Parts: sequence; structure tokens; C-alpha cells
Amino acid sequence: MADSIRLQVSRYRPEEGSAPTLQEYDVPLRKEWSVLDGLNYVKDHLDSTLSYRWSCRMGICGSCGMSVNGTPELTCGTFLADLAPGPVRVEPMRNFPVVRDLVVDIGDFMDKLPRVKPWIIRDDEPEPDGEYLQTPEELDEYKQFSMCINCMLCYSACPVYGLDPDFIGPAAIALAERYDLDSRDRGARERLDVLIEHEGVWGCTFVGECTTVCPKHVDPAGAIQRYKLKAAKESVKAFLLPRGAR
Amino acid sequence: MSETEVQPRAYRRPVSTWWWLEKRSYFVFAMRELSSVFVAWFVVFLLMLTYAVGRGDDQYQSFLDWAATPWVVVLNLVTLVFVVLHMVTWFNLTPQATVVRLRGQRVPAWAIIASQYVGLAVVSAFVIWLVTR
Ligand code: SF4
Ligand code: FES
Repeated sequence: MADSIRLQVSRYRPEEGSAPTLQEYDVPLRKEWSVLDGLNYVKDHLDSTLSYRWSCRMGICGSCGMSVNGTPELTCGTFLADLAPGPVRVEPMRNFPVVRDLVVDIGDFMDKLPRVKPWIIRDDEPEPDGEYLQTPEELDEYKQFSMCINCMLCYSACPVYGLDPDFIGPAAIALAERYDLDSRDRGARERLDVLIEHEGVWGCTFVGECTTVCPKHVDPAGAIQRYKLKAAKESVKAFLLPRGAR
Repeated sequence: MSETEVQPRAYRRPVSTWWWLEKRSYFVFAMRELSSVFVAWFVVFLLMLTYAVGRGDDQYQSFLDWAATPWVVVLNLVTLVFVVLHMVTWFNLTPQATVVRLRGQRVPAWAIIASQYVGLAVVSAFVIWLVTR
């Protein structure tokens, strides 16, 4: 194995006002080093002006998402040795405005999340004395969709979101499904009102890339298609049944 | 709720018109969307065939002659390829959209896909029997 690998890192300095450029750095190639370790090496030893986000280094905080050789990846879980001999192109996540270097503006995603009401909604019956109980089977129903770490890789992989930023997007819909499938929740109706809009589930054309890139196997594409079935059923019911019977 | 403020000097990467050529998966997706046009053409072709059959032997024969002209044959071959693509991708995607349970167990994806091919085989066999009997 060669002892170093070249990173081509996208640099954007808003004060200069020109488009991003690629800057090259040679970093040590070690078996256990991730792309993020390479960036940290650059920051510590080669160029302290490089900006990027990270925190946990273990695929849990969801903050280190970037485009690695054109594919959305968690850089802490993508290993340099697998990309050898390089060069490795590291760019900010696509489909988001770039604030500086590898840092993107995630404000749009933050605005969208609360719109699907990702919390347990109850009718106004009296609260139980203890917890709401749930069986392991009931937990399994939604567990997969609850594994999301909000890394937004699915948004950066989604061409629909790239073309129409109003699309509410994969992770938000998967999260809505997570609460809909929760046996303790009664909020499906309220969420449907949001998701049945054009920018809701119907924006999705099932490219399926969100599911491919998701590091947590959430399968947002599956969640969206299941939501479409649900929305379609509701529309048919609304058409056929009198108000009271729905 | 107040919208989060967008950074004034943030850089927005333009989306290229040819984005669907950037990745294999995007390209397959674009082809699957395109295949709907060809599916529609097969429907039209089938309606024309039925109409010709209904108008008697002469009409039917001239329809067959027209259907045998090279450009119609080529068009129908291309259509066949797209319809097969449409079918295979559609069958592969179904398990993601449907959760089927049998006696409390979730039916695995391969079983859902396989059952669609079985369904296709049964319907095709019936049509062949109907046409050739
Ligand atoms: S669904 Fe997957 S890719 Fe999307 S934000 Fe959640 S963990 Fe990340
Ligand atoms: S640094 Fe937390 S997910 Fe990569």
C-alpha cells in the first residue's frame, strides 16, 4: 500500500465571491483512517483554514456528510484505504447552499422537519398513570424508520430535491412514517394533511437513491411509497364515503 | 414559525440539464420514466388491433400488413425492450411499497417479487390459450 493519498478538497470562500475551487493535499494513507481523519490531518498539519463539520467520528451524530468522489457519504465511515490509490474528491453535500468550504446551510431541512409533526400526538384523553405500553412487535413496526440520524445524505442524493427545493424530502417523510406506525400515536391524520400536498409525497418519483445512500438503512424511499398508498386510499375513501363514515 | 435565515453569500451549485447522465442509477430512473411513453404506445397499438378485428377481415388484413412494415416492427421491438424494463423495475420496487403479512410474519421481498412473476406467467398463459385455441 502506498503511504500517502491525495485529497482534492472543494474550497469556497464567500468573501471572495467566486465559485468553489479544488485544492489538493497529500495525507498519510493508513488502514484505519477514514476520509474524515484525512481532513483532520489537513486541518492539524497542512492548512488550518479548511472548514467542515464533524463531531462523533462514529456514524451517530450525522454531521460529517459530504460528497466523496461524487457519492453522498458519512466521511467518518468512509475509509481512505477503500478509495486508494486516489485521488479522493471531497466536496460539500449537493443540493444545499455552501456556506464555506465543506460546510452547507442546513436551515431548509431544519424548517421542514417540524412540519411533519415528528412527536407523539394523542387525542385529548386523560394521560395514563405510567408510560404508554408497547410490545416488542409494535416496536418492530417502526424501529427501522426511527434509526435516522438526520445526516441529510438522502436529500443530497435526491434529484427531485435538487430540482425543486420545496419538496419536503426523504428523511422528513420517513420520520412521519415512524410516528404514524407507532402504536402510541394518533396523529396520522394531521401528518397526512401536510404530506398529501404536491410538495409532499407526490413530489417523489421513486428514483430510490435516498435508500441507496442512507447509512442507517432507514429506507426512506420505501416509507414514501407506503405513504403514497396511504394517501391514495384516503383520497378514494374521501370520494366514496359520506363524511361521517370515514 | 420563522424560516431559518439563508446565508446571504452561500454558493448554490447549478443543477445541470444532464443530471440524469451523471450516475447509472439516475439514468436507469430516467429510462424507466421514459418507458411509460412506450407502454402507452402498446396500449394504443392494442386498441387499434381490436378495432381492426371488429371491422372485419379486410380491415384486419390491412392492419396486419401495416404492422409488418419495417418501421412499425422496429418501433414495436424498441417498445418491447422498454416494456420489459418497466416491468422488471416495477416488480423490483413493489416490496418497498407494500408490507404484506401472513400469520403475523412479514412476507420477504423475494416472495413478493416472485409472486408477481407467477401472476405474469399465469395471465400470459391464459392469453396464449385464448388466442391460439
Ligand atoms: S433517512 Fe438515512 S440518509 Fe436520510 S437523513 Fe436519515 S439517516 Fe440520513
Ligand atoms: S462525525 Fe458523527 S456521523 Fe460522522
